[in-house]
Amino acid sequence: MHLSPDDIVFWEYGFLKLNATIVYTWGLMLILAAGSKAITRRLSVGLERARWQNLLETVVMAIKKQIEEVGLRQPRIYLGFLGTLFVFVATASLATVIPGYEPPTGSLSTTAALAICVFIAVPLYGIKEQGLTGYLRSYLEPTPLMLPFNIIGEFSRTLALAVRLFGNMMSGTMILAIMLSLAPFIFPIVMSALGLLTGMVQAYIFSILATVYIAAAASSREGAESNGPENLKRGSSQGSIFKDSK
Amino acid sequence: MLIDWFTVIAQVVNFLILVWLLKRFFYQPILNALDARERRIATELADAEAKKLEAEKERDEFQHKNNEFDQQRLLLLSKASNEAQAERQRLMAAARTDLDNLRAKRERALEREYRSLSEALVRQTCAEVFAIARKVLADLAGTTLEAHIVEAFIKRLHESSDEEKAGLASAFRSKSVLAPAAAAASAASAASRAASTAAATGGELMVNSAFDLPAAQQDAIEAALEESLGIRLPVRFATRSDLVSGVELVAGGYKVAWSIAAHLASLEKEVWELLENQSGHEFEAESETEPELPHKHGT
Repeated sequence: MHLSPDDIVFWEYGFLKLNATIVYTWGLMLILAAGSKAITRRLSVGLERARWQNLLETVVMAIKKQIEEVGLRQPRIYLGFLGTLFVFVATASLATVIPGYEPPTGSLSTTAALAICVFIAVPLYGIKEQGLTGYLRSYLEPTPLMLPFNIIGEFSRTLALAVRLFGNMMSGTMILAIMLSLAPFIFPIVMSALGLLTGMVQAYIFSILATVYIAAAASSREGAESNGPENLKRGSSQGSIFKDSK
Repeated sequence: MLIDWFTVIAQVVNFLILVWLLKRFFYQPILNALDARERRIATELADAEAKKLEAEKERDEFQHKNNEFDQQRLLLLSKASNEAQAERQRLMAAARTDLDNLRAKRERALEREYRSLSEALVRQTCAEVFAIARKVLADLAGTTLEAHIVEAFIKRLHESSDEEKAGLASAFRSKSVLAPAAAAASAASAASRAASTAAATGGELMVNSAFDLPAAQQDAIEAALEESLGIRLPVRFATRSDLVSGVELVAGGYKVAWSIAAHLASLEKEVWELLENQSGHEFEAESETEPELPHKHGT
């Protein structure tokens, strides 16, 4: 029994290897890209449109609205990164209905990779929005005494992101496997359904936390005046505590 | 070890590629389509607004025109109805005038007809009356009546005044005619004097009567003439049945008569003259009072 899809290795050559995580990720990427291309190839700008287009539009608009509500005034800049986070995690969870499939998000390597992406994206967007000095100064707020804690918080939340997603996805797969061995009928289906819900919730949490972090970094100057980013940070940390306890 | 660093790097790369792919094939086309639709909707709304404004403008204009048209229509209608009313009244008046004229004309025609009828009736009656009188008198006439008439003639000749006698004598003498004239015969003699075509000549006195006069009466007449006028002339006696009854003296171009025929003729002539005078006056009066009929009834 594998704890992670990383353990399923199809091909290995020294440092290079081709495990299930990478293969399934490629599969998901292929499905997403091909599906998007197929649907967006004939987009209608009129009032009448295809159902698939309608679905995609709804998804895009929902993500955009969510980003806007968190506090980023120009959601289009962040839509590509944050939207892809959500779509990838959600698709990885939804694909668990396919037999023999192992979600790549059940691997700590994948979640760590995503968390690292967020970890890098936050300062990048922060610097882009308010300049290097402006971003760096935000680590000295509210007092320079808080600098070590801010830095520790930056790393710890990245770790929390990775572990939270990994734990949830891995646990879902594990519970399903254990249930199958204990009670092979009915119960695994219920757990599978619950796993789908958990996966969607995790996708939402992951992307919304990333959004909050980026929003805090990007708008800390304005937020410093209205004390808003502090609230956001506090709220997010509370959220993460709550999620960690799950 | 749960984290495989090669996998982590690979996943980071995979994720970045996925971000690029989705941006390229998912977000951008969808956002573009949404933008295009928003623009299109905005354009359509603006168009609709413009069209609405235009429609409102046109509606206002149309309403305005409609109101104007209604007013004009009412105006024309009232004008036409007034004109029709006036025309009707005019036509009615004309018709009434025509009717009155026609009625008057008809009344006059009736009157005329009535008059001509009554006149004809009167003429007929007169003719009948004269014919009856003539017949009755002719039936009654006879030698006895003739004798009475001659007596009356002689008596009146005697009783006539001296001026009359002298007038008569001079008249006969100058015209070589001598005839006894009775006062009773003077009215008839006046009418017949001028138109006489007596057969008597120069110094002969002619006495016409309806029946043959007996010799005693002839002598009495001769004696009476001689005595009254103081002239002695040869007298010839003749018989004329158309006199009905009576005696006629004819001398030269003059004639003095006392006969029923002459009386009747004179009376008849007078009656005809009277009737003709009356009808002639009426006709003149009618032609004077008859008004001109209007020639045109409508304009």
